[in-house]
Amino acid sequence: MAQEKGKEKQSAAASGFGKAAKIYFKENAGIIVALLVLCVFLSVNPMTSFSFLTQKNVFNVLRQISTNLYLACGMTMVIILGGIDLSVGSIIALSGCLAAGCVSRYNLPIAVAILVGILVGLVVGMFNGWVIAKTTIPPFIVTLATMNIAKGLAYVYTGGSPVRVVTKEWQFVGAGYIGPVPTPVVILVLVLIITAIIMNKTKLGRHLYAVGGNAQAAQFSGISVSKVKFLVHTYSGIMAGLAGIVLASRMYSGQPTAGEGAEMDAIAAVVVGGTSMAGGSGKIGGTIIGGLIIGVLNNGLNLMNVNSFWQYVVKGCVILLAVYVDYVRNKKSKL
Amino acid sequence: MKGICKRFPGVLALNNVSVTVKAGEVHALLGENGAGKSTLIKVLGGIYIAEEGEIYIEGKKVEIDGVKAAQENGIAIIHQELVLVPHMTVAENIFLGREPMTGGFVNIKKMTEDAQQLLDAYHMNIQADTLVGRLTIAQQQMVEIVKAISFNSKILVMDEPTSSISDKEVDFLFATMRNLTAKGVGIIYISHKMSELEQICDRVTVMRDGEYVGTKIVKETNKDELIAMMVGRELTNYYTRDFLEPGEVVLQCSHISDGKMAKDASFEVHKGEIVGFAGLVGAGRSEVMKCIFGLTKGYKGEIFIDGKKVEIKSPIDAMKYGIALVPEDRKQEALYKVQSVKYNSTIEVLGQFIKGIFVDNAKEEEITQRYIDMLSTKTPTQDQLVGNLSGGNQQKVIIGRWLATNPKILILDEPTRGVDVGAKSEIYAIMNELVKQGMSIIMISSELPEIINMSDRIYVMYEGNITGCLDRNEVSQESIMKLAAN
Repeated sequence: MAQEKGKEKQSAAASGFGKAAKIYFKENAGIIVALLVLCVFLSVNPMTSFSFLTQKNVFNVLRQISTNLYLACGMTMVIILGGIDLSVGSIIALSGCLAAGCVSRYNLPIAVAILVGILVGLVVGMFNGWVIAKTTIPPFIVTLATMNIAKGLAYVYTGGSPVRVVTKEWQFVGAGYIGPVPTPVVILVLVLIITAIIMNKTKLGRHLYAVGGNAQAAQFSGISVSKVKFLVHTYSGIMAGLAGIVLASRMYSGQPTAGEGAEMDAIAAVVVGGTSMAGGSGKIGGTIIGGLIIGVLNNGLNLMNVNSFWQYVVKGCVILLAVYVDYVRNKKSKL
Repeated sequence: MKGICKRFPGVLALNNVSVTVKAGEVHALLGENGAGKSTLIKVLGGIYIAEEGEIYIEGKKVEIDGVKAAQENGIAIIHQELVLVPHMTVAENIFLGREPMTGGFVNIKKMTEDAQQLLDAYHMNIQADTLVGRLTIAQQQMVEIVKAISFNSKILVMDEPTSSISDKEVDFLFATMRNLTAKGVGIIYISHKMSELEQICDRVTVMRDGEYVGTKIVKETNKDELIAMMVGRELTNYYTRDFLEPGEVVLQCSHISDGKMAKDASFEVHKGEIVGFAGLVGAGRSEVMKCIFGLTKGYKGEIFIDGKKVEIKSPIDAMKYGIALVPEDRKQEALYKVQSVKYNSTIEVLGQFIKGIFVDNAKEEEITQRYIDMLSTKTPTQDQLVGNLSGGNQQKVIIGRWLATNPKILILDEPTRGVDVGAKSEIYAIMNELVKQGMSIIMISSELPEIINMSDRIYVMYEGNITGCLDRNEVSQESIMKLAAN
């Protein structure tokens, strides 16, 4: 009996990765199928089949979704916490403008500019986290306020017009390549790995689910609820700061209008990815698929020359459909 | 109800169950968690539709295909979790969805008057224009009852109505119930508390594993017979306890006070001892324990562990000194419902298998399995969501969670609340085993038989103060109640 158990354990360890993959597919079956259907449709549709599956287009899609997924990484954690972060879009604007300003106005090195951009996100995130941890003001309100503050500061700094940067090095972060792969995609992979490690492999990750699932119980467990809230919001801020730099680099300028509505795209990716707005559950793996669905959809609609006004309508319907399918599946599994 | 069957995917939740309730009687429904009581009630209330079976009311066969149909047939259900709207007045709640209208507007005056009349008719000291959120739980329950009566209900179902109200309030509830039965209302009463049966119920039906076991007249049966019917076997040793000579003092607390509910509590706990804390709801027992566990900021008083004075400012400190606390309200204060058994079992001891970013999954499973085995927790897998387990098994998971921290002093706050008899008995046996191994247990309990049979010594609290300490040789229900009500 004991021997058998030992053997079982060995084989379990050997197939650990296979098992994890199996669970991953099972948990996200609905949205994976949706993504595949979307991809197959775009590959066979005569309007898009010649362009969709080209290397250029695939990297293009990945580049486009990367900034959204940076935000979504932070947003997944914030939403699991039971909160929301509306300030990320404005952080993009402020971080981008200040970073671009460092280079074009003060002739500072690119590295310093990048640091300043991330620092902007860090500071706003820390402020969000501090207020949310120390008070009972709802995260929605706190981040709504900082959203306006950050956006306002971006306009104040720029006077409303873009801060242009035309050096080649500046474009590397957002528009450049490492080998054949666009730089933002390389950054995305790193960001995803870091986020997955934090969420799945650290104590902070476990504590995150505890606080989001039942803050009172977490307190009884001796978990520092305010510390977890503070760290998670700080992380979300850093991700937004990063996204700001990448976008400013891609657009050759820091723009105070950048990132408008970006928080909603990030929330959409998280929710389509199966994270519950009620908090306490959700996985970064789902968010990746959610981000891919939205990205591929945008790309497909562009390739098909769909009027951009209609694109909003289609996107809204797809979000609703994806979440509805998930709802039906959950309802079934509960009975 | 005759031959009711209800199937869920994979389980037959109700198998050919028949129950008859007479007008003017209180009919108890007994059974362990998962016996099918709630499902049966939900079929009666129109929340579930039965696949087979018939329901007769006053001899007439009725079709109950929804909540509305149930209401129209005079069936009212008072759920364990109250479903009143806290931001609305008592009157608005009572007439919710059928407000008296005048010219297209709600006639608030008439509504309030009608509600007040109903409340007064049952001698309830409640004003109809108060906001429900301002009422106590017991008062809210009364409002629910009045609401049910206002539908002219013939059958009233009450699901564990006494689980969160004080003894005095229970008396009033029972008086109201007698009032109702005198008017010919039939009441179906669900409760885990055996002592209540004798007080209020006429007949009792026992269910087990979705099946009907039998119906008895309360006066002609006894507790042991009913328990045997519920668990399907004789429970020879309901309370397991080998009393040994306690060791030296491990915990000494003096003048603990949080400035509110806990005023002045001094007590000591010996090694290998179960110390009971008795008292009425709101006597400050849980609050004292929260101080000791470092959950209350800025409490006063001194704590000595093994004779040395210690500072406990957070649960982390408390755990460092070997204290563990299984809280009173499992759902609010302990469970991570949407997470697995494994997650819930190991949240306190993450340091044992997570080093930086390296997680030892095998170790995590081993820890979880150790306490599943030790407490014989029934769960299909470690990955099962803890919210899907029965109350007793949830409680075992939480107890296991704290045993994993290897405590010297285990504080159990109402350890058997909402736990069925079988699991209760198992929890007692585990407690006995733990103190034999040298652990000390502090048990807060509102169930007198439990606290009397399990404790070496019992402290009784009244309004934040300890009013006495009774040795197990001199303890009785009366002596406790005298100190508890002072």
